[in-house]
Amino acid sequence: MRLKNCFHHHLFWPCITLVLLCLTNFFFNHGFFDIEVRNGALYGSVIDVLNRAAPLMLVSLGMTLVIATRGIDVSVGATVAIAGAVVAVMIGGTLVIKDGVQSYVANFPMPLAIIAALGVALLCGLWNGALVAGAGMQPIIATLILMVAGRGVAQLITEGQIVTIYYEPFFFIGNGFLFGLPFALYIVLAVLLILLYLTQRTSLGLFIQAVGLNPTAARFSGISARALVLWVYGFCGVTAGVAGLVITSNVKSADGNNAGLAMELDAILAVALGGTSLDGGRFSLIGSLIGALIIQTLTYAIYSLGVPPEINLVVKALVVFTVCLIQSERLRSMLFTPAIHLEEKS
Amino acid sequence: MSLMRYVNPRSIPLIVTTTLFVALFGFGAVSYDAFLSPQVFMNLLIDNGFLLVVAIGMTFVIVAGGIDLSVGSIVALTTMVSASLVQHHHWSIWAIIPLVLLMGCAFGLLHGVLIQVFRMQPFIVTLGGMFLARGLCYVISIDSISITDPAYTALSEYRLMLGSETFISLSGIVALGTLLVAIYLAHYTRFGRTVYAIGGNERSALLMGLPVARTKILVYTLSGFCSALGGILVTLYMLSGYGLHALGMELDAIAAAVIGGTLLTGGVGNVVGTLIGVLILGVIQSLIAFNGNLSSWWTRIAIGLLLFLFCLLQRIIERSRLGHKETAVSPRGSSPAPEKSKPHLWASMHS
Repeated sequence: MRLKNCFHHHLFWPCITLVLLCLTNFFFNHGFFDIEVRNGALYGSVIDVLNRAAPLMLVSLGMTLVIATRGIDVSVGATVAIAGAVVAVMIGGTLVIKDGVQSYVANFPMPLAIIAALGVALLCGLWNGALVAGAGMQPIIATLILMVAGRGVAQLITEGQIVTIYYEPFFFIGNGFLFGLPFALYIVLAVLLILLYLTQRTSLGLFIQAVGLNPTAARFSGISARALVLWVYGFCGVTAGVAGLVITSNVKSADGNNAGLAMELDAILAVALGGTSLDGGRFSLIGSLIGALIIQTLTYAIYSLGVPPEINLVVKALVVFTVCLIQSERLRSMLFTPAIHLEEKS
Repeated sequence: MSLMRYVNPRSIPLIVTTTLFVALFGFGAVSYDAFLSPQVFMNLLIDNGFLLVVAIGMTFVIVAGGIDLSVGSIVALTTMVSASLVQHHHWSIWAIIPLVLLMGCAFGLLHGVLIQVFRMQPFIVTLGGMFLARGLCYVISIDSISITDPAYTALSEYRLMLGSETFISLSGIVALGTLLVAIYLAHYTRFGRTVYAIGGNERSALLMGLPVARTKILVYTLSGFCSALGGILVTLYMLSGYGLHALGMELDAIAAAVIGGTLLTGGVGNVVGTLIGVLILGVIQSLIAFNGNLSSWWTRIAIGLLLFLFCLLQRIIERSRLGHKETAVSPRGSSPAPEKSKPHLWASMHS
């Protein structure tokens, strides 16, 4: 009985997938689970996967809430690029040698630059939210607008150049270690804890599900669906902005063209893998994190197997189709009760 | 005021679009001496012929209430397969063209079957198709393959003279031909009427006994075919195959259809509008090129801005049409609009 409950838990299949992928990695690379301590920090393949998955995990968390309200945000990649561009241009940084001592000077104070970048990301998200909730556009089209224009805006900010950052303290966000673990993981943990508190200890989670399951019913039961949807998109923008900071800090530069490229697709895939229904309603934040880890582990496996990394896209596409087919009620009914459900039911 | 009574509110976007095109072209003619020549207009068709072909397929999909995000990737895959076959395997162009067209149809058919039979959301299915086609490009080759085959170069350099100084390329001719076929398909065939009926209300179409399932699958197949045809034109235009060709073309195609007056909720749209939408995108590019001081990323921003304005216009028209109903349901008008007028694009596919 216990075991059966375990099978039906919504995180069962994502966890099994992740474990199988890790075992595959271990099979081809026996050092996969090795962790060593160097200069008080942990190093190893697993840590590397976790660290590299951090931006995707952040974006997936925001995307989960958006998808739970029956929406979609395809502009997160562009928001990542914009936030990265803002922070890179504001910090910039120059190496100053004074009295033989090297020191780095930022154009603006770092906290100000970070707040500005997150503010711009929030604005991007709220813009999407306003189009969806205020103007009533379909989410995919509303966010498509920012996806098209956003990369242009990012290039406008960086003036079409790749802006390199020379400011040591900023690199800590994407490369630093705290208590032996990459600092980016703590950011993910913080966002996750805040979200878990908000969605499970307050009624916010219930409201989001209600809007996703049946917007009309949610409205009649007194939920201000518009404001909720607006802020959910705003929050998604902020998570994309934080991801932008982590990526920019990690590569020490901002590239308006390539930062966060195809990230929206990875994030949607991560959310779908984590068991969140793409029709809205039921959602799982932990599931999305596992989904993001699955994608990163898969990428790692592809690299370590010596398969050309370009095949990655094909593998991801096949994963998308498989996951959607598994989620498809229609396929289940076809498989389990063939004759009855085959005729047109709508 | 009384004039508005004679105008169908649904044709307002098309009227606005046409006016905008004339205004933009007029602005160009006033600002730059060489702008007002037939050749500049023909160049719009030559440089954007492939986009027109792709956008026509997209228009059918959107009118039927769906969306196809895979078109740009299928264009890229077509250029890659063509280039690889002709350069590395020395196939004849006349064998390659039917093959890639068939490949595009197969992609579209796959999308259609997944969407219709398995009730999957169009955008997620075509997103998967987008990954798949783009990935397959890189499986063939990571680098660009340039084409030196004489048959391809001859077709690429073909120019039909119209008068003494004006000419049009094969790409423009094929695009215009596709447009004519599309007009016939949309307005003079059973298939076209069924597409509009499905977009208007899928359930009613089904109750009327129209072949909904078959038509929806066919619409995606048509879009796949148009993408492959567009891909052939891109191959001729660029004379190369590359996995990064047509990056973001799905957005341009959607933008062209929307600017041309196709309603994203389905049921309303016109391929002639799509032609004007494509021409507007072309004029913006020409204006930015003629200006010389503006960087290329302004094109992206301008397209995004136009898409925004036209989507907003569509919403305003839809709302004013439903205005009375809306006040009746909720006197304070505090309800979010989407579930009122029509279900979401992707929610409607699950009815």
